[in-house]
Amino acid sequence: MLLRFALKNLTGAGLRTALNVVVLSLVFIAIVTTQGLLEGMNRQASRAMIDAEYGGGQYWSPDFDPYDPLSYSQAQAPLPPKLAEMVERGSAIEELIVQGTVYPVGRVFPVLIRGIDLGQDVLDLPAHTLGDSGAEIPALIGERMARSTGLAKGDSVTLQWRDRNGTFDARDVSIDEVMKTTVQSIDKGQIWVPIEVLRDLTGRHGEATLVVVRQGATAAPEVEDWSFKTVDFLLTDIRNLIMSKTLGSMIVYVILLFLAMLAVFDTQILSIFHRRKEIGTLMAMGLTRRQVTLLFTLEGTLIGVFAAILAFLCGGPALWWLSRVGWRLPETTDSYGFAIGDVLYPYYGPWLVTLTAAILLFVTAGVSYLPARRILRYRATEALRGKML
Amino acid sequence: MKEHTGANGQFIELTGVTKTYPMGEGHIVALDDVSLALQPGEFSGLVGPSGSGKTTLLNIVGSLDEPTSGRAVVLGEDVAQLDEKRAARLRNLHIGFIFQTFNLLPVYSVFENVEFPLLLLRQPAEQRRRAVADALERVGLGDRAASRPHQLSGGQCQRVAIARAIVKNPQIVLADEPTANLDAENSHKVIRIMQDLNRDLGTTFLFSTHDEKVVGYLRRTITLADGRVASDETGSAET
Ligand SMILES: Nc1ncnc2c1ncn2[C@@H]1O[C@H](COP(=O)(O)OP(=O)(O)OP(=O)(O)O)[C@@H](O)[C@H]1O
Ligand SMILES: [Mg+2]
Repeated sequence: MLLRFALKNLTGAGLRTALNVVVLSLVFIAIVTTQGLLEGMNRQASRAMIDAEYGGGQYWSPDFDPYDPLSYSQAQAPLPPKLAEMVERGSAIEELIVQGTVYPVGRVFPVLIRGIDLGQDVLDLPAHTLGDSGAEIPALIGERMARSTGLAKGDSVTLQWRDRNGTFDARDVSIDEVMKTTVQSIDKGQIWVPIEVLRDLTGRHGEATLVVVRQGATAAPEVEDWSFKTVDFLLTDIRNLIMSKTLGSMIVYVILLFLAMLAVFDTQILSIFHRRKEIGTLMAMGLTRRQVTLLFTLEGTLIGVFAAILAFLCGGPALWWLSRVGWRLPETTDSYGFAIGDVLYPYYGPWLVTLTAAILLFVTAGVSYLPARRILRYRATEALRGKML
Repeated sequence: MKEHTGANGQFIELTGVTKTYPMGEGHIVALDDVSLALQPGEFSGLVGPSGSGKTTLLNIVGSLDEPTSGRAVVLGEDVAQLDEKRAARLRNLHIGFIFQTFNLLPVYSVFENVEFPLLLLRQPAEQRRRAVADALERVGLGDRAASRPHQLSGGQCQRVAIARAIVKNPQIVLADEPTANLDAENSHKVIRIMQDLNRDLGTTFLFSTHDEKVVGYLRRTITLADGRVASDETGSAET
């Protein structure tokens, strides 16, 4: 019943209500839009990295630590039988990683030389293009790598590495293919060669640095010494990066929300002040102070409800359209540091929308209650005389 | 139903009621040792100069306020003993208020304004509709149910307020200067409507007024001066 009165009072207030509703719904839309973009970023980047590098998780050889460049000299080990069997079955592929240096026209670039099976289909990486040229050491690099080194398809470049005894060796490799990828970690500073060739060059037969499990492959077995890294673990970095961006954008929205709430707060104070006689009248007709307080709180909260509805009706289709068409990113977006691609498809999860709506409603209710709380201390007689307590 | 003149005595009975308001160092005495009893069906009024305590007394009878000392019993309930919920319930069920400034709810239609107390009582829709139509008929506004308060004249507004006060068929209607904002013609009209309601429904009316036109209709005139009962005369007006 109070809800009915509240609705009536609110719609009766007309423009004032409408303004609040519009402002609040804009804030709502803004929050959902940005969070949706970030979540889309997260999903897109995660997906790309899973497809191109992480697969369904990785086994790391005992001494492999990608955060410690010095560890690369020991980051190779003979493949344990269990893993060899997985590779045999086709539910995983091996990858051998060795540190090296390329010397394109007199310059020096430290690289990771990554050996991969040419016939693999576990990762989204055009390894099959290697060897098309029939070169002795065919190599594959990414576009970013090509740009920074000035290498192009068909070029030849000197590659230097150490073999398993620590002896330096160098040979010319032929760039068979330059691939376009959104994933920087398989591009910048990486040079891909056939794994058997790399094993020959380094004398590391039967060794690997890591094993990438096929996505969706049945549960990975425990393997002694080789530690299994789940996709979640592998994605921690990017998740943290996006989380920090999310938190950064939050601050802006907390401020926006705060301003919108200030408007609601103000409206409430004004409305309670203007309607003090009405408050007295309601009490005279038999409403308790709690009921009147509830009534005013409801009126304020309904602003939030209307805002959510308006945002849903107006913002909903726009956001849906955006999530279809995507958001075309400028070239420079690469500097974000993760793989998104040219077009970002925002993702508006049901959680994002409900949670944002819930927070918004909760805060509006709180902000409506704060001024309305004063009614609890009103005396009907004073209110009727038009006095405030 | 509660027996309204039960254990606690009279229909309305004030005994030694004093009301003071703190003011600076000392305090203002709004009501000073007022003793007064009202019987069901009375049509009486409080008169007296501004500041003599009329509104204060009405508020106490209406359980909106309580005496500083003394005892006010309304419909068998000691006003000072009622908690807020029971006081609200008492007003909701048995007491109608009419104000000098009408105090209609501006965003509601005439119908909705009159319906309001019945919604509080959770009456079913059909019963509400009939009661509202009847009340509006009694105040001569049967055809204005859909209007909004701002579309009505002052006299019409006050008649809506009367309909709102009597729609729940209360025991008591308290009217604080109901004609102060009305012209002579409307004052007579409004007071006659209340007189009819008093006669037809047996509703008890207690006014506060300094309007001579109203005084002429009263069957009992209680004069207040400086918070005290200066005189209490019955039988001055014809019915
Ligand atoms: N809340 C209050 N605080 C302080 N003083 C008050 C309060 N309410 C009433 N008074 C004082 O109590 C006295 C009686 O006031 P009351 O309103 O009952 O008079 P009244 O007879 O209704 O006057 P009027 O004809 O002007 O309406 C006045 O002196 C008034 O100033
Ligand atoms: Mg008064």
